[in-house]
Amino acid sequence: MTALPATSEAGARVPMGASLRPLLRLVIPALLVVGAYAFMGPEQFVNAMTRGAIYALIALGYTMVYGIIELINFAHGDMFMMGAFVSLTFLGQILGLTGSITEIAKLAPLLVAAFFISMIVMGAVGVTIERLAYKPLRAAPRLAPLITAIGVSFILQNIVMLKYGPYQTNSPKIFPSVDIVIGTAKIPALSLFIIVVAVVMMIALQLFIGRTRLGRAMRSTAADRDAAQLMGVNINRTIAITFLIGAALAGAAGVVNGLQYGVSRFDDGFQAGLKAFTAAVLGGIGNTVGAALGGFIIGFIEVGATVMGFSRWGPAIVFGTLVIVLVFRPSGLLGQQLGERA
Amino acid sequence: MSAAAASPTSFASRRKRLAEVSSRHRSWSIVVGIAIVGTVLPILAAIPPFTLATPTNAWMDGFTNAGVFVLLAIGLNLVVGVAGLLDLGYAAFFAIGAYTYSYVASPFGNSILGIKFVEVVSPDIAGLVFWPMLLVGALVAALFGILLGAPTLRLRGDYLAIVTLGFGEIVPIVFLNADAVTNGTNGVGGLARPALPIIGSFSALNPWPYYVSMLVVVAVVMMLAYRLVESRLGRAWEAIREDELAAAASGINTVTAKLLAFALGASTAGIAGVFNASKLVTVSPDQFTFIVSFTVLAMVVLGGMGNFWGVAVGAFVIYTINNVLLKVLNQFFDQVSFPILKDIDFIQLQFLLYGLALVAMMLWRPEGLFPNSRRQRELHTAMTEPGEDELVTAEATSEEGQR
Repeated sequence: MTALPATSEAGARVPMGASLRPLLRLVIPALLVVGAYAFMGPEQFVNAMTRGAIYALIALGYTMVYGIIELINFAHGDMFMMGAFVSLTFLGQILGLTGSITEIAKLAPLLVAAFFISMIVMGAVGVTIERLAYKPLRAAPRLAPLITAIGVSFILQNIVMLKYGPYQTNSPKIFPSVDIVIGTAKIPALSLFIIVVAVVMMIALQLFIGRTRLGRAMRSTAADRDAAQLMGVNINRTIAITFLIGAALAGAAGVVNGLQYGVSRFDDGFQAGLKAFTAAVLGGIGNTVGAALGGFIIGFIEVGATVMGFSRWGPAIVFGTLVIVLVFRPSGLLGQQLGERA
Repeated sequence: MSAAAASPTSFASRRKRLAEVSSRHRSWSIVVGIAIVGTVLPILAAIPPFTLATPTNAWMDGFTNAGVFVLLAIGLNLVVGVAGLLDLGYAAFFAIGAYTYSYVASPFGNSILGIKFVEVVSPDIAGLVFWPMLLVGALVAALFGILLGAPTLRLRGDYLAIVTLGFGEIVPIVFLNADAVTNGTNGVGGLARPALPIIGSFSALNPWPYYVSMLVVVAVVMMLAYRLVESRLGRAWEAIREDELAAAASGINTVTAKLLAFALGASTAGIAGVFNASKLVTVSPDQFTFIVSFTVLAMVVLGGMGNFWGVAVGAFVIYTINNVLLKVLNQFFDQVSFPILKDIDFIQLQFLLYGLALVAMMLWRPEGLFPNSRRQRELHTAMTEPGEDELVTAEATSEEGQR
């Protein structure tokens, strides 16, 4: 398990039923997935996976930043929203695309370029924000950076609103709406593409954190900043890279969101960010595997609520989940027990 | 003290004496302060240049609305500024207070409760219920504060922020979707206006009764807030804000103290909710979005966390800037058709300004514009290098008693 805080050793938490636990860990999720599939049907199941993938990509940024500097980066949801706007500006306003592109030889480079530009731009924005707004407050009381983050969130939203107006802006759905037929179920190719992109990015992130020098620097900084510094880790650079990666992933989620839903609005980031944060907490904050898992679970909760006819209650159910998780298991599904640190 | 003796006529020493007198006679100084503000505002509203912007009655109406936000800011200050608990869903308690009033004071609400009250009695009598409802609204909001706080206040501070944010989102969704008992999107209308025995029911055309009642409510709430903060409980809150572990080790029951801060803060929002509902004569879910919560938070932060007069002034100024100045700027630049400025919608800019202000305040003046001196000291010592620490503390101690 490649959790961000190096302290969370798998299985080191509770020594109960040690022989049964690995088995249960596989069986229970498998049963839940099969149950969800049987309950929702294949189309909604894929829909839930797609939404979950987007939430998971956003949640990774929350969890990484929280893991390393213990800040709830309220502006992170807005990074996702801005990523969507960068992509729609590039595809729709600079290249002038509107409809879907069916030739794969043209589509592939466009998609790669959209992801690349959005991730680079958002990464740069993320690092800039960290440098200007959060870095000076590292030694300040906890409330100060939190309030700053809220302020940054307002600023980002309103910059976008001033530029694009308070209404929805169309984002070109360049991905052709082709369905892949499996048995009786029709599954949109775009959904599969989104899920694959998200999973590839998550695996790449895991490898980066687990196998590279910088990844090790991130883990050690998260575990104990002072000790890491004494060991020669460049703390400022490591924190900046964490913001860079988190913001780039949010940018990628923004691109995906534009392809999937075709519209973006300046305040999209608020609800999405809140849900993604719920996902991060659900998975165990600071734990990247947990954040991805939490993202998918939130996707299933939301789509499940719609399937059951509670679509209007969707957000309330998600936040209700957050409250329940925080009350009964504040460490999340995969996190270590933190307890209260005053 | 020695500085005051050396130059007895200086401004600083006079300010210090004023501060001493006001802390000795806290309640009276609040009454006097509110009375002065309450007299000056109508005079300002009746003279140019202010009358050019909006007519006097509209000013008075605006002042009363600003008063609602002053109440909210005082309540949130108790939670965020004094006890150090970041509540991002404060509008939820505001909503709960407003809906509480609507159940007793509207035909729709009465039909839900299964009583016949507003339809049967005359408005002059129905409006009397407003006064006890201020208390009931406070109690109901406090109850919900306890319900939310009891399980969540054990959490770390920033988790609490998220839970309250979630709660602030859930409450309007519930009011929106539970059509059967809340009338959904349309909200509840036709609420009884407040009434007093001699003058009868307040009217929408005459802003004075609302204005004076608001002054009285603000004064009472402010007195209670100061009394609380200067009590044993208030000291416990400040201790928790400084260092929760140390506070617990000193024998403070931190959970109870935090719960009380949460409940009392919520009850203030409940009072503001009842007042606002009685003034708008209607409640609907869209009045209580997260925008309200964040606006009040900005007011508290800018005004100066921990200082009640500071946040009250902050709330008043921000409300007036939002609802008067930005509109007037729009009209002005439209009329003179100034090239770029006339195309900017200044009201749209409001949240950009909040954002910039929040970041700037946290970076350069975290104690707010009108700081509580103890809080100022503590913020500045926390942020300076260890070496400078003693120097700053020494400076700060020589200013003791200014609070």
